[in-house]
Amino acid sequence: MNLHEYQAKEIIKGFGVPIQEGIVAETVEQAIEGAAKLYPDGPDGKWFIIKAQIHAGGRGKGGGVKLAKSLAQVEEIAGKILGMTLVTPQTGPEGKVVHKVLVAQDMFYPGASEPKEYYLSITLDRERGRDVLIASAEGGMSIEEVAEEHPDKIIRESIDPMLGIQPFQCRKIAFKMGFTGDAFKSAVSFIAKIYKAYKATDCSLIEINPMLKTSDDKIIAVDCKINLDDNALFRHKDYEAMRDILEEAPLEVEASQYNLNYIKLDGNVGCMVNGAGLAMATMDMIQLSGGEPANFLDVGGGASPETVEKGFRIILKDPNVKAILVNIFGGIVRCDRVANGIVEAYKIIGDIQIPIIVRLQGTNAIEAAKIINESGLKVMSAITLEEAANKVKEALA
Amino acid sequence: MSILVNKNSKVIVQGFTGKEGSFHASQMIEYGTQVVGGVTPGKSGEFHLDRPVFNTVEDAVKATGADVSIIFVPPAFAADAIMEAADAGVKLIVAITEGIPVNDMIYAKEFIKDRNVRLIGPNCPGLITPDECKVGIMPGFIHRKGRVGIISRSGTLTYEAVNQITQLGYGQSTAVGIGGDPVNGSSHLDIMRLFNEDPDTDGVIMIGEIGGSNEEICAEWVRDNMKKPVVGFIAGQTAPPGRRMGHAGAIISGGKGTAAEKMRVMSACGIEVVKSPADIGIAMVSLLKSKGLVSA
Repeated sequence: MNLHEYQAKEIIKGFGVPIQEGIVAETVEQAIEGAAKLYPDGPDGKWFIIKAQIHAGGRGKGGGVKLAKSLAQVEEIAGKILGMTLVTPQTGPEGKVVHKVLVAQDMFYPGASEPKEYYLSITLDRERGRDVLIASAEGGMSIEEVAEEHPDKIIRESIDPMLGIQPFQCRKIAFKMGFTGDAFKSAVSFIAKIYKAYKATDCSLIEINPMLKTSDDKIIAVDCKINLDDNALFRHKDYEAMRDILEEAPLEVEASQYNLNYIKLDGNVGCMVNGAGLAMATMDMIQLSGGEPANFLDVGGGASPETVEKGFRIILKDPNVKAILVNIFGGIVRCDRVANGIVEAYKIIGDIQIPIIVRLQGTNAIEAAKIINESGLKVMSAITLEEAANKVKEALA
Repeated sequence: MSILVNKNSKVIVQGFTGKEGSFHASQMIEYGTQVVGGVTPGKSGEFHLDRPVFNTVEDAVKATGADVSIIFVPPAFAADAIMEAADAGVKLIVAITEGIPVNDMIYAKEFIKDRNVRLIGPNCPGLITPDECKVGIMPGFIHRKGRVGIISRSGTLTYEAVNQITQLGYGQSTAVGIGGDPVNGSSHLDIMRLFNEDPDTDGVIMIGEIGGSNEEICAEWVRDNMKKPVVGFIAGQTAPPGRRMGHAGAIISGGKGTAAEKMRVMSACGIEVVKSPADIGIAMVSLLKSKGLVSA
């Protein structure tokens, strides 16, 4: 599960990590009210950063992060950002509507030294099956670009899963990042706290970019991105409430209510499959047959008449779908039962205008094909994958 | 021969009396697997499916001599079950459970590292040596004894490959589902090494998915060491970057772990890569024929 910047910052603040303080707002009024209270000594002469809250990076590039130099400018800028469709390199061309903004303190104030941006993240190193900390003195920009152009500027530190990050490791990283003096001490403590937050919250990613050294040598998380491990949410009931369904495609939200794993894509052939690997393979096959997959849909092991009906309904809500391929490998679940379920679901839904290809393989596949063929419905049956692919081709021709 | 399990394997079931455990244990028994007992804490002394139930894996191993444990314990307790099995001295642990927190698996993997045990899974269909031993949830009847080894990260896609081989009149030495989670017990490479040494395996099908670099690492090893033909398929060629496709491990990030990249590396390492999942079986059979290994 992804979190918004303001939620992620709230979480790490709970672990003692210094953050850029801010107030989240859903309306312009809330933004002004929040800005007025943001600085302990009042808003006069203060600057504010207005940041769009969406589940995608690259917000600055799309115009979703702006500086306001007065409350009047907060009003003007919050008004522009709230409700806008923000397009960033990570949202896709359709962009995302901004429902919330974070009004945050300006941390780039002048002082004894120059403010400087750094990068810090912790994630899973899949090859080693343990966590890895990644840091760089080149913060504020895309870390992928840094990794590609200056791999020497990326610091990696593998973390022993039994012991956790050790003080010498925090010091080593902070030295390599180039910190000195008070900033060094703060950075060491910052790194240790981020690791603590990462482990305690069951994150799969925690990313601070930028991690800022202010002009008075404080270390602050100016942005924070957290991905929570969905499998561990049962341990964190309080985080479940942080789910923002406005950030998810409406059909995906509906599917998740039926325990269907659905992801909407842009193609013209819908598919319904049991098993994630077979579902991805089916999508690949659709493309090789001249179509484009309209979705990923894993109905799980059961494939009962109810799940099949729900699956059909969700796929059919996508107007781009010109054909549907059902691909079920019946192992424990018998194909003739799935076939009956499909016929039943088809009749309940009624008027389906697009061709449906049903490929059932496994236990009682031949009986299942017979049920489909004799149903009198506009449904084509297939047993092998090759047959199914050819029928998708025919249906699109 | 075959790898990992055979007719002599003695299997216990952790989560034996639960719904999933009961159902699949009875399926395994029906297939002919030597299921010698099970573990459900607090139910020691009872019998389930005519097999003894034990409180701990240690008790079960002592009483039955079991060398394999299959785990159907719910996700919140599954990593603990893996560690218990490793500590009790079984040689092979097969974790079927889907949805184990990544943090738990990191600890479990570290715990078993220095013990003489192999973990398959979690989030996997298990493994089967046809006509001898099924330790998993796969439909037994689609398998046929033969000489093709199969390694796969997916469940139903493994069945697909198995079924294609069987329909073409060939069979499998052993089929292993290694699971789709980001942290798991055995990699493609771990199983590939075993097939390379198995005198009863003539060729290997490896089925991968987007995400991670498990397949690339295995492919490079195949290039330098493999004595047998390998066919490969990667699911997720059409998956958009950054989206989660059901398996926690199947996330593409930053250009790494894409299907295109995996397929390119595998091809370059001498693996016969097929684009369509419909061609997996036929590609393996043609390759075996071209090498003069036509016996089913």
